[in-house]
Amino acid sequence: MNWTAIADYLPLYEKAAVLTVKLGVLGIFFAIIIGLICAVIQYYHIPVLKTIAGFYIELSRNTPLLIQLFFIYYGLPKVGISISPSVCGVSGLAFLGGSYMAEAFRSGLEAIEPIQTESAYSLGMSRIQTMRYVILPQAFSISVPAFMANVIFLLKETSVFSAVSLMDLMFTAKDLIGLYYKTTECLFLLVVFYLIILLPVSLLGSLLERRLKYAKPGA
Amino acid sequence: MQNLGLEVLFKGKNMIRLLGGLWVALKISLISVAISIPLGILLGAMMTWKNPIVKAILRIYLEFIRIMPQMVLLFVFYFETTKAFGWDLSGETASIIVFILWGAAEMSDLVRGAFESIPKHQYESAEALGFTRAQTLTYIIIPQTLRRLLPLSINLITRMIKTTSLVLMIGVVEVLKVAQQIIEANRMTSPNAAFGVYLTIFIMYFLACWPISMLARYLEKKWR
Amino acid sequence: MAENLLKIEHLVKKYEDNTILNDISFNVKQGEVIVIVGPSGCGKSTLLRCINALEPIQGGHIYLKDDEVKAGGANLAKLRQRIGMVFQSYELFPHLTVIENITLAPMKVQKRAREEVEKEAEALLKRVGLLEKKNYYPRELSGGQKQRVAIVRALCMHPEILLFDEVTAALDPEMVREVLDVIVDLAAEGKTMMIVTHEMQFAKAIADRVIFIDSGSIVEEGAPEAFFESPKTERAKKFLQTFTFEDVSKRRAAASDSISASE
Repeated sequence: MNWTAIADYLPLYEKAAVLTVKLGVLGIFFAIIIGLICAVIQYYHIPVLKTIAGFYIELSRNTPLLIQLFFIYYGLPKVGISISPSVCGVSGLAFLGGSYMAEAFRSGLEAIEPIQTESAYSLGMSRIQTMRYVILPQAFSISVPAFMANVIFLLKETSVFSAVSLMDLMFTAKDLIGLYYKTTECLFLLVVFYLIILLPVSLLGSLLERRLKYAKPGA
Repeated sequence: MQNLGLEVLFKGKNMIRLLGGLWVALKISLISVAISIPLGILLGAMMTWKNPIVKAILRIYLEFIRIMPQMVLLFVFYFETTKAFGWDLSGETASIIVFILWGAAEMSDLVRGAFESIPKHQYESAEALGFTRAQTLTYIIIPQTLRRLLPLSINLITRMIKTTSLVLMIGVVEVLKVAQQIIEANRMTSPNAAFGVYLTIFIMYFLACWPISMLARYLEKKWR
Repeated sequence: MAENLLKIEHLVKKYEDNTILNDISFNVKQGEVIVIVGPSGCGKSTLLRCINALEPIQGGHIYLKDDEVKAGGANLAKLRQRIGMVFQSYELFPHLTVIENITLAPMKVQKRAREEVEKEAEALLKRVGLLEKKNYYPRELSGGQKQRVAIVRALCMHPEILLFDEVTAALDPEMVREVLDVIVDLAAEGKTMMIVTHEMQFAKAIADRVIFIDSGSIVEEGAPEAFFESPKTERAKKFLQTFTFEDVSKRRAAASDSISASE
């Protein structure tokens, strides 16, 4: 292992890691919003919108992110929709993650007994108040394990961003290998940086899951 | 109407070539699935052993594999085996090995989860009825575990198929690579080929995975 | 004569072709305590759910004073604030503490000030003996405690009428009393209530009027003494008999008689 090379590469990896996390977090943020909207639409069985949401979820869950990105980045400009690599990465991740988040939230929502809704209605709460104060907070805590698994999954998926020439960790590693052939050092740093990003999230996930196990709602 | 670049697909053998590329991807995933599922069941069963050393080693291996992006695993394996052991693996072989390692790790976690999801009083009530440990497993626990496991493992197949799209990155000629070749070859005659060809691949992957997902969902509903 | 608070006129409730409630009519006066009894599946819980418009009805009308209560009707949320309901399964909100459970609706729905609502909530909790539990989560409470909180939660909205849907049916026997005592207390205070229950002693003690429902219709109604001591209809007699047990020694004696007779 050539430690001087590692020291030399470190700043480049740092920069790439920041970009990876930034795009990942943004993509996940939009995925959460898309997922919430889809889950609520499906929960209330809103006609038409429900069909659209269902179609989107199937499409997004059954295609790989890499293909989605290729289509967005190389295909769409041909019909006049040109976007920058980072917007492409974020929107691709949001497109993919939206369906996974929707499924997590939906199973959380479905786990709440309908009588909880009725008891909120009987206190005079409106549909929106019931959703906001009674159903969503409970659904969230039930979907935490699935939610955290999705976050990790989506952060891992950012590794394909390099395919649309984003200078993320993967890109940096490939680039440096191509330039200097210090394969072991480059891959070592790649693994280490992904561990630095993913391990805390994974630990947080299992911590939350354990806490929720002991604090199961049971009114 | 703007040219969507779909005409490229009907030129010469382009569609056949794309399908051939998809077959390469599917082949990799099917071989990996066939080996990793039994391997994963074995590992999952080993996780229930009491031996702390076996448990710890397995745990570290499984967690590492599961936390690393599959792309990173592909790279590490493809480049490092060449360097460290002097093996000159083809991209295809390297990707099959990586997918087996990864699939087995995921599968073992599903197995562990399925076993853990069986409530303790299922064991207790079986014991109370006088079943032996082996009988309890055979008649009570394993049938319930399988019901939970089957939909999840079918889902794992679709995840595998989707992940094979990554093998492009280590130089395997699969559907995306073929697509790039087709787009490049027809750059002059169909400048918009990228749209039509990538859309086609998008739909191809969907058609490969969607029926399997539906089957998983159907089984999940039926056996809940 | 007190005015009619709740009027139910020819109410019909069906699930597809299945008639659950068939032409139910009665009135509830201000301050009256109505107890509804009947075999399980007779539709008594459905009746309460209809009154709170948790179920759409297929015929008839329900009026709270002059306002019609109707699923999907205008101002339904406003009307529901005037009708308190307590469920068999408590249905506290598991993610909120006791005090938050009670104050949520008054603050968010009625837009009342936090201090004022909390003060009232604390006073009510004190009255049911649960003030020291105000920062507990529902899962930390016993069933009887949860149900008392649920009653306080309904009370804090200042409803004109309270509906109790088998509120002790899910409780361990030793906790039934603490909940019923709270309800008796409210009755003494003059609250208007409709109570569905299987606790016949309690029904007898608290009711101003008993309504007996069987297979979706009102079979008998009247003062509690008359109903429990000398029911007029066969069906009511048969129903009340299910709450008494024949002495086992008598049955043993009867059995040995028949054996010796056959010898």
